Amino acid sequence: MKPYLREKKAFSFADVPENTSFEAGYLVTVNSGWRSIRPVIDTGRCVGCEQCYLYCPDGVISIQNGKAVIDYDFCKGCGICAKICRLGAIGTEAEHK
Amino acid sequence: MSKRFLSGNEAFAEGIRLAKPDVISAYPITPQTIVVERLSEMVEDGSLRSEFIHVESEHSALSCAIGASAAGARAFTATSSQGLLYMAECLYYASGGRFPIVMMNADRSTALPWNIYGDQRDSLSQLDSGWIQVYAENAQEALDLALMSWKIAEDKRVSTPVMVNLDGFVLTHTYETVEIPEQAQADRFLPPYVTENRIDFADPKNLAFSAGPDTNYIFKYKAHTGMLAAKQVVSETESAFAELFGRQYSGLLDSYRTEDADYILVTLGSIAGLCREAADRLREQGIRAGVVRIRYMRPFPNDEIAAALKHAKAFGVLEKDISFGNEGTVYTNVNSALQKAGVQLPGYDFIGGLGGRNISAGDIAQIFADIQSGTEHVTFIGIGGDGNGKSNG
Amino acid sequence: MANPTAEKLSRDEYFYGHKACAGCGGALAVRAALKVLGQNAVSVLPAGCMSAVGFNFPQLCFSNNSIISTFAGTASMLTGIEAGLRAKGYSDFTAVGFAGDGGTADIGIQALSGAIDRNDNIIYICYDNEAYMNTGIQKSGLTPFGARTTTTPAGANIHGNLRPKKNMFEIAAAHDIPYAATASVGYLTDFIRKVEKASQIKGTKYIHVIAPCPTGWGIQPDETVEIAKEVVDCGLWYLAEYENGEFTLNHRPKDFSSVEAYLKKQGRFRHLDLDDIKTVIASRDKKWEFIGKNFTYR
Repeated sequence: MKPYLREKKAFSFADVPENTSFEAGYLVTVNSGWRSIRPVIDTGRCVGCEQCYLYCPDGVISIQNGKAVIDYDFCKGCGICAKICRLGAIGTEAEHK
Repeated sequence: MSKRFLSGNEAFAEGIRLAKPDVISAYPITPQTIVVERLSEMVEDGSLRSEFIHVESEHSALSCAIGASAAGARAFTATSSQGLLYMAECLYYASGGRFPIVMMNADRSTALPWNIYGDQRDSLSQLDSGWIQVYAENAQEALDLALMSWKIAEDKRVSTPVMVNLDGFVLTHTYETVEIPEQAQADRFLPPYVTENRIDFADPKNLAFSAGPDTNYIFKYKAHTGMLAAKQVVSETESAFAELFGRQYSGLLDSYRTEDADYILVTLGSIAGLCREAADRLREQGIRAGVVRIRYMRPFPNDEIAAALKHAKAFGVLEKDISFGNEGTVYTNVNSALQKAGVQLPGYDFIGGLGGRNISAGDIAQIFADIQSGTEHVTFIGIGGDGNGKSNG
Repeated sequence: MANPTAEKLSRDEYFYGHKACAGCGGALAVRAALKVLGQNAVSVLPAGCMSAVGFNFPQLCFSNNSIISTFAGTASMLTGIEAGLRAKGYSDFTAVGFAGDGGTADIGIQALSGAIDRNDNIIYICYDNEAYMNTGIQKSGLTPFGARTTTTPAGANIHGNLRPKKNMFEIAAAHDIPYAATASVGYLTDFIRKVEKASQIKGTKYIHVIAPCPTGWGIQPDETVEIAKEVVDCGLWYLAEYENGEFTLNHRPKDFSSVEAYLKKQGRFRHLDLDDIKTVIASRDKKWEFIGKNFTYR
């Protein structure tokens, strides 16, 4: 479980709550546009050690079938994962916009 | 029901015991201290099952109460003067988040110069903070408001915090006989607080968030309409209260002999009794005088003020406040109510009681005389000399 | 391949989709702590970076119950939430605050001191990025000596901030708090262990975690973790705990790495001259002398 993307809509008068309380983990925008570099997992080298998962400030890396997987909707391309990986399993590419 | 001889502070504490707040967070300040001392004793002897938090400042007192309210708890705090100003940031926070906290404020002068005695410059400076503001006249009303204020604050249509104001010393420390309702009846009147504006483990919430220009104004509008809804809810609450406890209150304001009055003095708080006595004496002399005691400064009784004053020849406002460089804030509000209703009559503002200065029967007689004869727009009671205490505000 | 630290954490993400700068150390601290504390954590965040990036209606980035407090009110709101939930019959929750260095050591220190004094059952985590970053890098009480901020500019006359960091860890300990600790996001396993430990202690817990800010420190976003490790390795920060009236040192570098190298990597220190660096080293050595006398290494 984690906050997840909802349908983006304009909040009309009726949609705005009476008080400042609202559903937790309600996302309407992604962060992919922030990236200038794109981390890429080399699944051949990745052993699923989870160091990148631990140190990602955005929590966008998960381990699936023993390999790191990046949620590119929310990855900002900080590059911490590539630096932390001792096996050189995460490379970086220029982001094409 | 029992009768006891209590001060305003003690009567209020009895009302709070009946309301059973889950959390009390308070910091001592004269002349509020007796309320928190009595509540502490009630918690100690087990007659009040509240979490009593000894906070280290008034800012923390209200911040803590907001946290408790966000947990779905009924939260109470009390303060006065400098303490109210110190927690001012949290006043706006509580009302903006629609947390129905109740606070007692012992109305006291604000430094400088330092002074511990009663005037109303503390609470009146916070009229824009989004809190319902009610001013008690006597200890019985204070106790009854301690109960009624929760019911108003927590009503879903309102969801707005309430500040109950008691004149420092004159009301907080003056003893009178008060009736104390039975707990069972109080429980019938005020059921436990239930809200969705809270931390919820089954359905987690993000609370007290930011809202940008696209929606921020809608939150503010909703807070405004919530406050306005309190007008109706005050009326319903007072009816329910009268039914159970036999005391009927008069809504947002309390009019005395205004129906046929030519000259009306508008005021708030504990000085109203002396004003009514002055009006009675004038009536004996054939002068038709009346008194309006404003109970709720927010929401403001615009229509009720206009209705009470529209047939008069002139009116005055007696208030323990001055907005330096203008006039007293109560006058500004009353005048606005009249303008909106198209009621045109001469009005004069009398500033009295600052820093606890006594307002005598003679002062009030002079005020009524000035209203009849006409005077300067703003008069500081007790200032003599060339200006005779009068200034064109 | 099992990672023992990862195994201790919830697989859920509680702080996600936020707008913190790329490489934000504060975001990493908040994320990691919440993965320790889990779904029943109630987080309180004062005005500051993490609330600014996580709570813009309708983009609400915490999946657990979370609330913004006033800037000065992190600890007092934690107190109210803890008392309120307890009064409503809840016991299985953790009230945790995440305040920055300014929110902790400056404007929030009074409320924090009050909460420790009452021994309220809360965890208070200070994510220390060493300046008011949310408002654009102004000096706080935790800005280190020599750092250039927008209110301590480095020029010919004054070389940045003239004062050392306030010692919040020992200030918290001086209250005889049940548990206090220092940490760094560069040593994440140590930080996670401390949050876990704090969650099992009753009373007030204070954890002070160094959380670099690439924007304010003048480093690349991918350098956050290594600079947070280096500040410990060069001895300008230390990993310690306070419990039962005693200080424990958790990590003792055999030889300190170069202070100069640490400083010169960062834009905020690049102006420092040799004398300034000597001052920093002298202050570090004095601190370690104190640690040697008063802390037990385990």
